[in-house]
Amino acid sequence: MNTISLIIKREYLTRVRKKSFIIMTILGPILMASLFIVPVLMARYDENEVSKIQVIDESGLFKGKLQNSESLVFEMDTMSLAVAKTIFNPERHTAILYIPGNVINNTGALMLFSAKQPNINLVTSIERTIQKEIESMKLQAQGINQETLEQIKTKVNVNTRTLTEQGEEETSAGLTTIVGMLGGVLIYMFIFLYGAQVMRGVIEEKTNRIVEVIISSVKPFQLMMGKIIGIALVGLTQFLLWIVLTFSIATVVSNLFIDPNQMREQMMNRQSPLGTPLPVEAEDGSVSSSENSEISEIFNSVNSINFPLLLGAFLFYFLGGYLLYGALFAAIGAAVDGESDTQQFMLPITIPLILSFIVAQSILQNPESKVGFWFSMIPFTSPVVMMVRIPFGVAPWELALSMFFLVAGFVVTTWLAAKIYRTGILMYGKKVSWKELGKWLFYRE
Amino acid sequence: MRLLISAMILSVKNVTKQYATHRALDNVSLEVPQGSIYGLLGPNGAGKTSLIRIINQITAPDEGEVLFMGEKLRQKHIGMIGYLPEERGLYKKMEVGEQALYLAQLKGMSRQEAVLRLREWFEIFELKGWWRKKVEELSKGMQQKVQFIITVLHEPKLLILDEPFTGFDPINANLIKDELLKLREKGTTIILSTHRMESVEELCSHIALINRSQKILDGAVRDIRRNFKSAKYEIEYKGNAIAFANGLWTGYELLSHEPHGELMKAVVKMGEGSSTNDLLASLIANVEVHSFRELIPGMNDIFISLVKESNEQQPVAEL
Repeated sequence: MNTISLIIKREYLTRVRKKSFIIMTILGPILMASLFIVPVLMARYDENEVSKIQVIDESGLFKGKLQNSESLVFEMDTMSLAVAKTIFNPERHTAILYIPGNVINNTGALMLFSAKQPNINLVTSIERTIQKEIESMKLQAQGINQETLEQIKTKVNVNTRTLTEQGEEETSAGLTTIVGMLGGVLIYMFIFLYGAQVMRGVIEEKTNRIVEVIISSVKPFQLMMGKIIGIALVGLTQFLLWIVLTFSIATVVSNLFIDPNQMREQMMNRQSPLGTPLPVEAEDGSVSSSENSEISEIFNSVNSINFPLLLGAFLFYFLGGYLLYGALFAAIGAAVDGESDTQQFMLPITIPLILSFIVAQSILQNPESKVGFWFSMIPFTSPVVMMVRIPFGVAPWELALSMFFLVAGFVVTTWLAAKIYRTGILMYGKKVSWKELGKWLFYRE
Repeated sequence: MRLLISAMILSVKNVTKQYATHRALDNVSLEVPQGSIYGLLGPNGAGKTSLIRIINQITAPDEGEVLFMGEKLRQKHIGMIGYLPEERGLYKKMEVGEQALYLAQLKGMSRQEAVLRLREWFEIFELKGWWRKKVEELSKGMQQKVQFIITVLHEPKLLILDEPFTGFDPINANLIKDELLKLREKGTTIILSTHRMESVEELCSHIALINRSQKILDGAVRDIRRNFKSAKYEIEYKGNAIAFANGLWTGYELLSHEPHGELMKAVVKMGEGSSTNDLLASLIANVEVHSFRELIPGMNDIFISLVKESNEQQPVAEL
């Protein structure tokens, strides 16, 4: 007992002190935080750039109608298109918009002239502005005014409820998908990253030739388990540090760079399709309530997800899956002479992991499928697959059975892996085949 | 005399170890006396390492048993045995001191005790300034010294060294040899597995010879050499070669006879019932004898002749 804790301590400390660990710990959150920050910064830079459009309106229908926005300014001009083209100055105007006289019936005749190829956002926002104006002109021609139109507009949003024995539960398909997938991805990553570390650690001990000294003091099984557990703790430490650092970086950055007033403004702009900010709080009509319902739905379903269950299951499958695969990775490390020989043995480990990922995606479409059920029972795929299924609701007996199989699977694979490990670590300079590995399973101690 | 030797630290009794395709050890028994330096000899692949791994409880025998100080070998004996394997190494990226402490603690020593003893040993082996260096910064000889220290640090009752002198320059090999002799004086029993016969003759009091999974010889070195005495004598003399040959009786056989610088050198085998004094007396009358010594077979000769002989007796040892 004491010796295994010594081994765990060494495995843990040597890895945590490594430069690569410290670098990854710092770099990880920066990369993750940049996923949130970069889009915000990009949006800010885009806003600063204002495109001035010179409008030659031959129809005369658009005078004072074209709405300027933060990034788009329309300037009406009365000169002819030919003159405008000759005196066009790219410093003053980004482009010339030509609206022909028969635009209502022939929208295809609209032209945009510029010095450089205009970007796609600019073109679409001009198109949308004109389109909206023409539509509203056509509506008025039919005798429908703007207010009637707003009242007709309807947004439909189906609220989902699952019927359980406790009654109705509010759910959100969107959020469950995200939560489930995130758990699955994390487990998948953890198994690969740290499983490979176990394998490399075993190969290191074997090629260093220190292993025989150590197993004259401790049992090979203790050395193997000590290594697997030590590295699991390294992984948990890294994830914990990542979460803490990511949140602190995100908080600091959002306080520094993102002005809360601006945030509110942006929200308002998004909510008003016509560019005229709608006073959301004051309005009690049907318009704003439908806009709000989506957000409130997400908040409600956050409450509906059983977080203690999810977190508990995550930790269980996280560790269970890692331990199951960790033992197999250790066995591979012991069977080979160097990292370059690992390929042929890696494949059978990689395939079930990748398969579980594919199954996980099909589960998002249909959480109750037979495929989903069976793959969440098989210990090699259950850590990822079950994690994806849990947010959709899984019967307790299924969960218990899956957990039982995972524990049993872990015990069996570890037992088999230990047999290969024990023989392999003392075998040098031998190209090992699958047949050979099979024989090792039947060697007596 | 018999009573003193009868205290055995290790008894290997009828041990057999079978791997899938070959038998590594076949009914091997040996007795290692307390306080001896015991040479475990044999050609490559004879089964020495398999036997050593069984003694270290890295593997278990299929048949037979091993007794340590009269008890059946068990987990608790691990701390009383020190093992330096032939395939040995250290964690390259770990600091020397920290690594030595780790391995000592695995053997059951407390950290404080290990620190104290390591300081002493680092002094003896001139490694004092290297405590905080990484192993990869050390020369190969220094790494070997560190490994030796780790093996003996917990003051084992039984020390098992597999080819301990490979990788050492003559100076360091002597340093290790001296330390081994000191350890023996303190009562440590040492099992030495090696191919180097000169170190066997220099150090070992007992040996066992293993060939093709079987023990073919064991016992005290002194007894073995006496048994292999062939009654051959080497004589260097000045004078007439014919006169020398004439001086030999029929009881003597002249094996070789050749000039050696200014002198002549002859090897004579003595027959039953003759004595060295008779031989000398008859020679002195004819030639001027410069030297006279008995040719005792070296361990190397015994080793080679026995291995050859046993290979001829059982040409294929495979199953």
